[in-house]
Amino acid sequence: MKYAIELVGITKRFARTVANDNVTLSVSAGSIHALVGENGAGKTTLMETLYGIYQPDSGKIRIHDTEVAIKSPQDSIRQGIGMVHQHFMLVPTLSVLENIILGAEDTRNAFLDLAKTSERITALADKFSLSVPLNEKVQDLGVGIQQRVEILKALYRKADILILDEPTAVLTPQESTRLFGILSELKQQGKTIVLITHKLNEVMEISDRVSVMRKGKIVGEMDTPTTSPQEIAELMVGRPVLLRVEKSKANTGKPVLSISNLSYVDRRGVEILKNVNFSVASGEILGIAGVEGNGQTQLVECITGLVKPTSGTISLNGVNLVGFPVKRVFDSGLAHVPEDRLKRGLVVDFTVKENLILGLHTRQEFNSRLSMRRSAIEQNARMLIKKYDVRPDDPDAIARGLSGGNQQKVIIARELSRNAQLIVASQPTRGVDIGGTEFIHRSIISERDKGKAVLLISADLTEVLSLSDRIAVIYDGMIVKIFPDNKVEESELGLFMTGTKGNGREASLA
Amino acid sequence: MISQILSLAFLAQTIRITVPYALASIGGVYSERGGVTNIALEGIILTGAFCTVVGTYYTGSPLVGILCGVSGGLLTALIHAVVSINIKADQIISGIAINLFAVGITKFVLEILFHSSSNSSRIVGLPHIPMGFIEHQPDVAHLLGNPMVLATIAIIIASQFIIFRTRFGLRLRAVGENPEAADTVGIKVNLYRYYGVMISGVLAGLSGAWLAFDQHSFTDGMSAGRGYIALAAMIVGKWNPLGAAAACLLFGFAESLQIQLQGGGLPTQFIQMIPYIATIIVLAGFIGKAVAPAADGVPYEKEK
Amino acid sequence: MAEKRHWLEHSITQNFFVPVLAVVLSFAVGAIFIAIVGQNPIEVYYVLFSQTLGNEYGIGQLLFKTTPLIFAGLSVAICFKAGLFNIGAEGQLQIGAFATALVGMYTFGVPAFIEIPLLVLAGIVGGGIWGFIPGYLKAKTGAHEVINTIMLNFVALALVSYFATNIYNVPATVHTPSIAPTGRIPRFDVFFSGFEGSPVNFSILIAIVAAIFVWYYIDRTRPGYELRVVGLNAKAAEFGGINVARNLILSMTIGGALAGLVGTNYVMGYKYYFEEGFSTGTGFMGIAVALLGNNNPFGVILAALLFGMLEYGGLVINTMVPKELVSILQAIVIIFVISSNKIFRKTLVNYMKTRTLSVNQ
Repeated sequence: MKYAIELVGITKRFARTVANDNVTLSVSAGSIHALVGENGAGKTTLMETLYGIYQPDSGKIRIHDTEVAIKSPQDSIRQGIGMVHQHFMLVPTLSVLENIILGAEDTRNAFLDLAKTSERITALADKFSLSVPLNEKVQDLGVGIQQRVEILKALYRKADILILDEPTAVLTPQESTRLFGILSELKQQGKTIVLITHKLNEVMEISDRVSVMRKGKIVGEMDTPTTSPQEIAELMVGRPVLLRVEKSKANTGKPVLSISNLSYVDRRGVEILKNVNFSVASGEILGIAGVEGNGQTQLVECITGLVKPTSGTISLNGVNLVGFPVKRVFDSGLAHVPEDRLKRGLVVDFTVKENLILGLHTRQEFNSRLSMRRSAIEQNARMLIKKYDVRPDDPDAIARGLSGGNQQKVIIARELSRNAQLIVASQPTRGVDIGGTEFIHRSIISERDKGKAVLLISADLTEVLSLSDRIAVIYDGMIVKIFPDNKVEESELGLFMTGTKGNGREASLA
Repeated sequence: MISQILSLAFLAQTIRITVPYALASIGGVYSERGGVTNIALEGIILTGAFCTVVGTYYTGSPLVGILCGVSGGLLTALIHAVVSINIKADQIISGIAINLFAVGITKFVLEILFHSSSNSSRIVGLPHIPMGFIEHQPDVAHLLGNPMVLATIAIIIASQFIIFRTRFGLRLRAVGENPEAADTVGIKVNLYRYYGVMISGVLAGLSGAWLAFDQHSFTDGMSAGRGYIALAAMIVGKWNPLGAAAACLLFGFAESLQIQLQGGGLPTQFIQMIPYIATIIVLAGFIGKAVAPAADGVPYEKEK
Repeated sequence: MAEKRHWLEHSITQNFFVPVLAVVLSFAVGAIFIAIVGQNPIEVYYVLFSQTLGNEYGIGQLLFKTTPLIFAGLSVAICFKAGLFNIGAEGQLQIGAFATALVGMYTFGVPAFIEIPLLVLAGIVGGGIWGFIPGYLKAKTGAHEVINTIMLNFVALALVSYFATNIYNVPATVHTPSIAPTGRIPRFDVFFSGFEGSPVNFSILIAIVAAIFVWYYIDRTRPGYELRVVGLNAKAAEFGGINVARNLILSMTIGGALAGLVGTNYVMGYKYYFEEGFSTGTGFMGIAVALLGNNNPFGVILAALLFGMLEYGGLVINTMVPKELVSILQAIVIIFVISSNKIFRKTLVNYMKTRTLSVNQ
């Protein structure tokens, strides 16, 4: 068997972690090889090392049986490797054509030879059914087309090995289908493709072989037809998947949050949320499952007052929140664990105690007539740090210096300390280690048991399945299915999440 | 009044005022297209003018003077480049410090060389290309035959092509908009940023040289805010060479008009405000949208 | 908590040693310039320090130069805290000082206990308006405050130039008539004869009160907390229900008001009128002062003292070296401070990384 790529004993350390630990991986020429693993397993680092963005601390790289030194992306491009990053490496204000040729320009008499280059690119595009508008600015194009530009960019550089990092994370199902068509076409023409993903249906659908990574190591490698999603999933998480957090039966009360006919059209006129209806009762956790980018972010932003929905009502204990400024939404009895802790949840240059009052800082207990009550702020911090086991147990520690898990605990502590009727928790354990995750899960369940209503939004299916009392599936801005309990197979959920089932008919049942 | 405005003398006046603006402004375009904010233009013009005077005074050759002016501008710009690109410190503060430094160092050396805290000795002017058809108006002929006027026009037009039609321009724009993307296709981000800042040094140095020859001497603080007007023109011109030059021409026209109409009508101070208010209006988005290069002013940190 | 901190991690290292090191290095570079002129750097520096700090007259001159720098430094610092870069202190102080003079020349016969607060208020309002404009434009249109404040500086200069030389001037001069005598802030030499002849006056107390106000506001009050959140993470501020736009406008307005107080020193305490060109770049120097003082109000006072000393010091060494030496020194201090801050932070981050590694292994 001829290998296009052989990585031998690659180790890459970062400050806090070993991202790749003695990784050996071989990819056959002309195949589609899936590299799977949970977030933070080291997939992207491994491939970015191959692409020359990182230098390995040790290990060897062979391309087509020749050992090569790859010190920069340029070296890698020279070896015929192209990479489509998860966050596109495109210059938004430049045209498609300019983006494709950037760094590999043909010139004539000192000027860019655009006529000749256009022809070459058009020919390439036709060959692989990758139609793109060459003269439009990238910023005016949808993500699906931008991704095609990225692929063309690699092919223009004569790549015969193509690495795609989570290519479907930003795509609609139709666009994904189209992408897979393109990838098959590329394979037909002899290209080698490495697909980084954590979506097992994709692995099964398109790959020839699959390697599973966990905590920086390869923990399994098999031919796709000989394996099952179940097997891959177990390797990925390193334990039997059916891990359910221990919890008692929900003691459901009256609805706290009721959303009806909620729609949201964004500034560019794209309909992000389409007639969403659901409710969350006190004493239950409603989990929203869905592939990221199907409207979850905007749903949360509408509920929490960060954006204003186009139509519909969001009622919290009978009060319609639509149009309320954020502060009033909070005051109406809502707590919000935001999906991106560094972006919204924390002020990383603040101390822990200052972060623990963000959004609660107007409360009377923290304010005297002219100034803030420093002793109350300090006391609040000591109490929450102890209760939520934040480390280090120093109210004056700068948040930036805390680990991801402890940063998240600070946010959870703060939000739960609001003692709100409704808790909206978005990706509450993203990037948090196992110990931290368990602690956070227990905290959420204990809030439920106190009679709070919890709306959980998570891209982590295991999390949704193990925490939720009921599960709603969001797809393309619609709630396509609501399961009355969490006794549902992952595969069944997957069918709804990918739009295979549902199609809006079930929406009316909600 | 109309005849005054349309006169050749008025045209010459406008050009005289516009040239130094345009040179510095286009310098700013190169620097900022590459992602380095350049408030230091003011200081670069000043050192450029000073070095031109010193070079010309000691050699008697305006050509050597220009070379000195350009080198002085380049050196000043290089300080900005090191602080902004290598050390990655705040580019705006660096620019302000350099402007302050330029005022101090030029006066400091002025006192040592010319024993005056306000002006240098007189220098010769630039030779001019004879313009037979308007020799009856010597001032105008001198100006239109000035090699630097012709060079400025050439620089404006060439820059438009360089920025938008050449490999260099494409790469420069890419590092100013999305340096990470440029890096992944093998473009040396910091090198291109250096090019941008260095070109701004050369052009703003030339702008200073113009002032030196125009005045035949150095006087302290003679850049007199031109660097900031150039910056304003760059914004009003939306970071395009032709746009910037057009804005400079507009500002030059207004200033020229003010000189022409002195004594009667509008107070001079109100005409002086035109470039600044125009910039504020353009930035606020009342006339189209002025969008700076996305990575303008942001140092490129390679490690994630 | 009991973990021992490395010397790099102590806040005093960053807040004190790094700026001091930058200043010392700048003086070392300055020494080269002095040597080039053929003078002995030690002698020149000796004169610089002894003539400014060695007698009451020198101290008086120094303090007189310090007062406006404190106001300008605070103006820049409070905007920095809100994440805004106020390059417009120069324009704000022009408008503020002019407003003080204008109100002062029309309010004769008002008792001092009303007149003085009134004129102070005029400065606050004048400067505040000039700070409000770029703040408003930033909040509502997203227009960058750096460019707008630069532009507004020139607009302010042109405006006061017009009014101070054409409309409200004493004929054939470029200054306004005197303000009402009750609006005057007394000089030090009225009470302390040692300061005889130096223009230092009690407006420096206003500057110190302003510094305490800024510290208290930023560090201790709820609006100050909100302003800092906005400055460090506007998205988090939004999340916490804080009105970002209002805070941007508010901080620029307060910044402008602080700069507007510069008139208390010159108009109320020194010349008793507004004169075109009274400020030679005080607003820009305020950026350096805020920077060197690490945006801490008390650091601003210390930095203003240093820069005030340099400004007056240029005059005392002028017979030995051109007085522009101090402008060069000031510029080098700024460049060294921004560079050393950056280098220091990088060193600290690298150190923390290696430490985490060694703990893990």
